[in-house]
Amino acid sequence: MTDQPLLEVRDLRVTFGGTGRRRRGDSPPTVAVDGVSFDVSPGQVVGLVGESGCGKSVTSLAIMGLLPKRGVRVTGSAMFEGTDLLGLSDAAMRDRRGRDLGMVFQDPLSALNPVVPIGVQVTEVLRRHRSMNAAAAKTEATELLRRVGIPDPGRRLAEYPHQLSGGMRQRALIAIALACRPRLLIADEPTTALDVTIQAQILALLAELVVDTGTALIMITHDLGVVAGLCDEVNVLYGGRVVERARRHELFATPRHPYTHGLLGSIPRLDAPSGERLAAIKGSVADNLAWDSACAFAPRCPRSLAECTEHTPPTEEVLQRLLSCHNPVPVQVRS
Amino acid sequence: MNVLMQRRRERLDRLAETGGAGEGKSLLAEAVTRLRRNPVAMVGAGIIAVFLLVAVFAPLLAPHSAEESFDALRAGLRPDSIPGPQPGFPLGSDQNGRDELSRMILASQQTLLVGVLATVIGLVAGMAIGILAGAFGGWVDNALMRLTDVLLSFPSLLLAISIAALAARASQTTVIIAVAIVSVPVFARLLRGAMLAQRSSDYVLAATALGIQRRHIVLRHMLPNAIGPVIVQATMVLASSILDAAALSFLGLGDADPGRAEWGLMLANAQTYLDVRPELAFYPAVAIILVALGFTLLGEALREALDPKSRR
Repeated sequence: MTDQPLLEVRDLRVTFGGTGRRRRGDSPPTVAVDGVSFDVSPGQVVGLVGESGCGKSVTSLAIMGLLPKRGVRVTGSAMFEGTDLLGLSDAAMRDRRGRDLGMVFQDPLSALNPVVPIGVQVTEVLRRHRSMNAAAAKTEATELLRRVGIPDPGRRLAEYPHQLSGGMRQRALIAIALACRPRLLIADEPTTALDVTIQAQILALLAELVVDTGTALIMITHDLGVVAGLCDEVNVLYGGRVVERARRHELFATPRHPYTHGLLGSIPRLDAPSGERLAAIKGSVADNLAWDSACAFAPRCPRSLAECTEHTPPTEEVLQRLLSCHNPVPVQVRS
Repeated sequence: MNVLMQRRRERLDRLAETGGAGEGKSLLAEAVTRLRRNPVAMVGAGIIAVFLLVAVFAPLLAPHSAEESFDALRAGLRPDSIPGPQPGFPLGSDQNGRDELSRMILASQQTLLVGVLATVIGLVAGMAIGILAGAFGGWVDNALMRLTDVLLSFPSLLLAISIAALAARASQTTVIIAVAIVSVPVFARLLRGAMLAQRSSDYVLAATALGIQRRHIVLRHMLPNAIGPVIVQATMVLASSILDAAALSFLGLGDADPGRAEWGLMLANAQTYLDVRPELAFYPAVAIILVALGFTLLGEALREALDPKSRR
């Protein structure tokens, strides 16, 4: 691991709506991502964790430059090897996508074109970015499918997405994303649409590929189980902000933010006493406060104090852990 | 019990063999398989096949030329009678002493030519407009769609008549162009809608995330997904083009050469003699209806076969 991070996201802010001409009845702009900063080093797996609507997918789309131009405002920076991805032109960004930056989507069935054979979908990337001719691309595509564990890849190339099983489709999608050996791979909930047994296989495959190819991986998930197995460092997002960041083991051993604590508490544990109820985080993301003068999580927080609804909690970095909370969970060994 | 289990296992084995096996099968290939099992499609295809065969082999099938006037027939021509079927002339004479059967057979070529050419021209132009509008959206879409709105606001036959009437000299070409222009907005609208629906789909986002060029995404990814309804529409338009072309000929806006055999023109000429020999109107009318029916049936079956909701 080098000292220089591969990707440095600084103060990323994404706002929807309210940017055009103000008309009467216009809803005020919605802040989806509110000043997110994190680093990804080569070969590192970084998790972005949070429930639906916390801004994790929007963060990834912003880095990839895939958000629509109209009605969306993206500020901040995403330095990728010295170039700000957010400032690149469309054409320059198109050259980077697929070559330097790969992306694996949540639902492999809808992310693959239903009327185009798998083989064509793999080879078109190779031909686009690696200027391969048809024959070379086909050989490489067969090799790629074999590497992601698709049996009989030669035959699969001629098949259409609906003829593949869910797990196979996700493998194919990963093969396509890795076709040009990107240095950064973003996986947006890659296992959500899959069976539990297949989930484990896909995660194992991703872990293996990260080691083999040395690509950095941003893992977006709401599933802390995924994080536990794969990520080196975890960013917990709430309401468009990173509320806690720590290395995986520290985060699991001693969650400090009440939200992280709640997320971990809501996972069923085999070693919990039988009959114990599963802890839930009450309320929903819709109960958010604005970050301007409060902690967005305060209304749902079991540890909220008066000042939580009055002041934005400061973001502090202590001992490689970033935390943004007025009243963090005390360090204790969980029983 | 054991026998039942055995049978079930065999059935599952067979399913496994046919279901997951072999080379890739596109949605289109599947649609063709479904078409094969649809009797409506087969009837439509049968009618079209007969029509195509007759048109292609018309010169061989027709016993006489379309223009030659026969003394034997002309001898029987009176203001109050036209000779009916007789040896050598199975459908009898037309109003000018020509062989009606030969004219009917040779006219199929004209009909096919006009119908196919008009549909192809309309399809190509309409698709170009639809792709541009659907892929780019924004002001391009707006401008093109207002243009098609204008064309769509006229009743189709009235529009075709106006366009054909604009031509300095009525001819086969003006009929084809007039009928083609009428079908352009239909194709354009249809394809635009289908393309717009594809624009927000995940695979387009995924292809964009791979850095695939926009042109490539539009033509190779979005178009194949959007083309289904357009193919269906084309078969329907083929039917209506044949009808429209016949109507234009009937109204005297086609090639006025009286020697030329064309069903619409034959129908128009026959109306003068409706009380003398109504069969002269009956033959071309039935031919036009049958051909239009054939294409419509096939189109309807094709729509059903391509519709994911009716898939079994």
